[in-house]
Amino acid sequence: MTDLYEAPTQRSFLEVDDLRVHFNTDDGVVKSVDGLSFKLERGKTLGIVGESGSGKSVSSMALMGLQRYAKAKMSGEIWLDGEELLSADDEHVRSLRGKKMAMIFQDPLSAMHPFYTVGAQIIEAYRIHHKVTKAVARKHAIEMLDRVGIPQPSSRVDDYPHQFSGGMRQRAMIAMALSCDPELLIADEPTTALDVTVQAQILDLIKDLQQEFGSAVIIITHDLGVVAELADDIMVMYAGRSVEQGSAREVFHSPQHPYTWGLLGSMPRLDRDRSERLLPIKGTPPSLINVPSGCAFHPRCAFKDLPGEATTSQVPELVDIGGGHKVACHMTVDQRLRIWTNEIQPKL
Amino acid sequence: MFAYLIRRLLGAIVMLFIVSIAVFLIFFLLPRIGGATADDLASRYVGKTADAAQIHLMAQKLGFTDPLYVQYGRFLAGIFAGADYSTGPTTVHCPAPCLGYSFITQNPVLPDLLDRFPVTLSLAVGGAIVWLSFGVSAGVVSALRKGSLFDRTAMGIALAGVSLPIFFTGLLALNIFSYNLGWFPAGGSYTNFTDNPALWAYDLILPWVTLAFLNAAAYARLTRAGMLETMGEDFIRTARAKGLPERTVVVRHGLRAALTPITTIFGLDIGILLGSSILTEHTYSLNGLGAYALQAITSNDLPKVLGVTILAATFVIVANLVVDILYVVIDPRVRI
Amino acid sequence: MKRKRVMAAVAVASALAVGLTACGGGGGSSSNNTAGGASGFNAGADKVVNPSDAKGGVIKMANSGDWDSLDPGDTYYAYSWNFVRLYGRSLVTFQSAPGAEGAKLVPDLAESLGKPSDDSKTWTYKLRSGVKFEDGKTVTSKDVKYAVERSLDKTVFPNGPTYFNDYLDLGDYKTPYSDPTPDKLGLKAIETPDDSTIVFHLKTAFSGFDYFAMLPSTIPVEQAKDTGSKYKEHVVSTGPYMFKENNLGKNFTLVRNPQWDQKTDPVRKALPDEYDVSLNVNADDIDNRLLSGDLDVDIAGSGVQAAAQGKILSDQAKKANADDPTVARLWYTSINGDVAPLDNVHCRKAVEYAADKTGYLAAYGGQTGGQVATNMMPPIIPGAESFNTYETPNNAGDPAKAKQELQACGKADGFETNISYRAERPKEKAAAEALQQSLSKAGIKLTIKPFPTGDYYKLYAGKPDYAKSNNLGLMINGWGADWPDGFGFLSQIVDSRVIRASGGNTNLSVKDPAVDALIDKALTTTDTSAREKVWVDVDKKVMDDAYTLPGLWSKGLLYRPPHLTNVFVSNGYQMYDYLALGVKK
Repeated sequence: MTDLYEAPTQRSFLEVDDLRVHFNTDDGVVKSVDGLSFKLERGKTLGIVGESGSGKSVSSMALMGLQRYAKAKMSGEIWLDGEELLSADDEHVRSLRGKKMAMIFQDPLSAMHPFYTVGAQIIEAYRIHHKVTKAVARKHAIEMLDRVGIPQPSSRVDDYPHQFSGGMRQRAMIAMALSCDPELLIADEPTTALDVTVQAQILDLIKDLQQEFGSAVIIITHDLGVVAELADDIMVMYAGRSVEQGSAREVFHSPQHPYTWGLLGSMPRLDRDRSERLLPIKGTPPSLINVPSGCAFHPRCAFKDLPGEATTSQVPELVDIGGGHKVACHMTVDQRLRIWTNEIQPKL
Repeated sequence: MFAYLIRRLLGAIVMLFIVSIAVFLIFFLLPRIGGATADDLASRYVGKTADAAQIHLMAQKLGFTDPLYVQYGRFLAGIFAGADYSTGPTTVHCPAPCLGYSFITQNPVLPDLLDRFPVTLSLAVGGAIVWLSFGVSAGVVSALRKGSLFDRTAMGIALAGVSLPIFFTGLLALNIFSYNLGWFPAGGSYTNFTDNPALWAYDLILPWVTLAFLNAAAYARLTRAGMLETMGEDFIRTARAKGLPERTVVVRHGLRAALTPITTIFGLDIGILLGSSILTEHTYSLNGLGAYALQAITSNDLPKVLGVTILAATFVIVANLVVDILYVVIDPRVRI
Repeated sequence: MKRKRVMAAVAVASALAVGLTACGGGGGSSSNNTAGGASGFNAGADKVVNPSDAKGGVIKMANSGDWDSLDPGDTYYAYSWNFVRLYGRSLVTFQSAPGAEGAKLVPDLAESLGKPSDDSKTWTYKLRSGVKFEDGKTVTSKDVKYAVERSLDKTVFPNGPTYFNDYLDLGDYKTPYSDPTPDKLGLKAIETPDDSTIVFHLKTAFSGFDYFAMLPSTIPVEQAKDTGSKYKEHVVSTGPYMFKENNLGKNFTLVRNPQWDQKTDPVRKALPDEYDVSLNVNADDIDNRLLSGDLDVDIAGSGVQAAAQGKILSDQAKKANADDPTVARLWYTSINGDVAPLDNVHCRKAVEYAADKTGYLAAYGGQTGGQVATNMMPPIIPGAESFNTYETPNNAGDPAKAKQELQACGKADGFETNISYRAERPKEKAAAEALQQSLSKAGIKLTIKPFPTGDYYKLYAGKPDYAKSNNLGLMINGWGADWPDGFGFLSQIVDSRVIRASGGNTNLSVKDPAVDALIDKALTTTDTSAREKVWVDVDKKVMDDAYTLPGLWSKGLLYRPPHLTNVFVSNGYQMYDYLALGVKK
């Protein structure tokens, strides 16, 4: 067997290797994504978690090839089902968009065109990739709306986005994204704009549909609670890099990075008193033009003095601590375990 | 919707009424405030050697000796009931709506206006099509290639277009393309569309292009700004994420949204242009409403001025109404 | 005449003077209108350019404005009086000849010039036989009478001159439209003893009645075809051309009138087959089309615009196709004797001496705009004499002489007064400023006062009590003759009896019984050359009185495209004679 033949079988369905997305601006180079690597198999869900500006949305846009319109400098590799996408031509990537990979956006009101009906927008998405008549596409659109749980889909199909409620719009958005049975679905903050009960419904919907279609799903969120239910794997991003990644079980039950601890501490929980519940992360996310030296998180890290001088001079490597659980931190495993067990976990 | 239309129509009528009173007062009351008597006003419409008695007869004939409200009442009566006027040997009836008759040409105003309307309509509509297609496409390409050579050149030309007056570009165009190169007919050429559509278009190409040069520039800049804004919208990202070809994204999604404010301005521009394309018509010696207005003003022919002003106001008001209604059609978010 | 002329002169005066040699289209130069023809700059001023008898072709004319009316009874523009002769024949008309010969009256519809009674109050004309309307009806003296009658109705025909209203012995006759007699010919002041004789009875003696007989209101009108104010839509022709198409305000076409007979008409050549006239054409566009050969004649005849003037004068080939005739128009300043100290003749004379006329001329565009005027009557008026009562070195003013006059006036240190001009006219403003500057050298201090153009004569300068109470000592003024003779030029601006207290005057200052007496003498002098001398006396007396400060006699730069034949300037209209023109096919 040759390498050429073997290569696809060795790769995961989605494999991102050392992805970098940089933007040239008048103020300097914005390193939105700076060396990101991860893998995702069919039928699995990856949750990408981080504050805004951590590079999670930019990396998903890069996967979709949408960064091509924004004059970004990109390097690294993105393999989707055996094809490298960064080096593929625009037209080929376009033909994959919407069909092989689809995306659900954060704010469905602004993400849907205000002048076209919901149905027209689903029909349009379907007909690009399927040579069918309008009538067939319309039937399909109604089916899709029905499948995502929109009541009276055959009449609502002719409504405009502004005539839908927020939750309905997000369902419609999902219907649009799923209309071509994508093998990779990226959901960028799919529930942020929605109230809590609707959030749960939408997350359930995504889960159901993933099981039905067998797609690979990436959920991007700043809210660990969202991915807790859904994700098989979790990647925590900070300043354009992955600081911790691993199975959801590992990351939730044995988090290793101080930033992940901070995120967990920020999760609202109903069973605790408000005063002791929240452990917010001090400080603000770093500028992506002047990323702090060494560990980018160090200015906000409560434990930065433990590893000594390396904190500010060396960028920590993402190290596998067993079972695919990777952490980028200068502290020793023992130090981290002690802090987690003694100081952090009891407060959560 | 229906109630809204009725309300708007009534508003338009009230507006026209106010315009007519304002124009009437400007031309009939202001001179009197300035100290002019009825005979002073009438002396503009008689020969240079006319004596006081002849001037006074003229003042009576033109109705200047009556109080202003009577004169305005007569004007309104003409609109609703028509009016009779004497040609000397006979009396001619000017049917409603009679906008009065000219002091100078001693002809009813409305038939003259209607007679000249096709010229102005041809000029405005043809010019609008030219400037809209050129302006919008230049604006779109400029926006998509922001900062490119095309963008800089197009915006430079647009700046020139906005700044150069029509009587300059028009006479220059006539001199080059008509008198020197002989490609297009001389100024003043006009053929009725119904007589010969091809010749109609050929005669009007230079005026259209001149008019378009001025307005295309403004529309190019507007479109560019609108497209730059629209292309950054979330729904454009969605359209791309669906896998739409870039051309569809730009035209169906980007331009469609960017055109909405342009439609508004376009409607108003057409309305204004129909009422007064004075400069273009004067430059190209086209006998349309604009030239008529100019002649009316230079000859102090008040009924003509009044008539053409009311017609122009009607166009603007109607254009406003059409734009508002169109807006509902264009933007489904607007509901009445 | 009227607005058109004024506007034209203003336009012309804004010239770029590029080394133009002033060349007045002076009166009296002999004509050679037949042999060989002439060419070169100003050749058309007194000679025939491209003489030809070739018939056929179309002459294309354009007008930057519009006629006051195409109705012969309702028009007052010089070009209109020139042009109307293509479709109508008045009793008398100006000879179709170059230069001064063109200012001579010759019989047209009449067999000969008018035969006056001894007291010049009754004038009789005999009509030529065989003249027909375009509908085939023979023209009779009754058609002429009816035409004059209707022109009296100034509510229907407000534009035309009022000479017949003013001079005919009308009694209480108003208008044929309310005339109870069946044939509407109830006016006693005009008699038609037979179909070929017409007799006019005047209130007062008037020796120049032939000029009235020249007015287009004597062009015959069939009573049955008269539609009053609508007649201008289709005038029934008696001339060689008739209306084929007439779109009022836009354009019209004249074609040959088959009923016109060359044998009855010694005046007209009728060379082209057709005249196409466009109205309301952009003035600069007209010039461009003339220069490119796309157009034959700018019908207003008042000269090209400033832009084209530069082009023509700087290009020898183009300049050779241009003429620069002086017109019967004077730009001047009225000196108001109602305002002290200008009630003293010496103070007025001080103004005359102090004024720098080269500055006045410069304000109107220098030598292209006209020539310095030293007296009232323009030199192209038959019999006019140029003289200079207040000679100064190079016409540039003589402050020393002015101071002597001030001494005599008792204002040795000078005085202050106001000078008015029409606000919308930059040339008048420049003239006022030039006078302000030159008069200040003699100690006369002027304050410049602009007034709105539209009401300048009605409410301000032309209203005597306003001018007096506002101390308008000097008033910028201008005047063009209705026709080139002493009466046509002077009567409205120097006769004190035409001044109306209610305003609207054009005579702003000349009030001298001696002048009025001389005018009366002229009106009763039937011998032409004797009469012309009397008008010169009027001119001299006015200058002696120093009620007016002449500035310049106006000129217009006319362009004749090379393919136009039989072109010459007629002093009768001071533009190209429209009866003679032909075109190379």
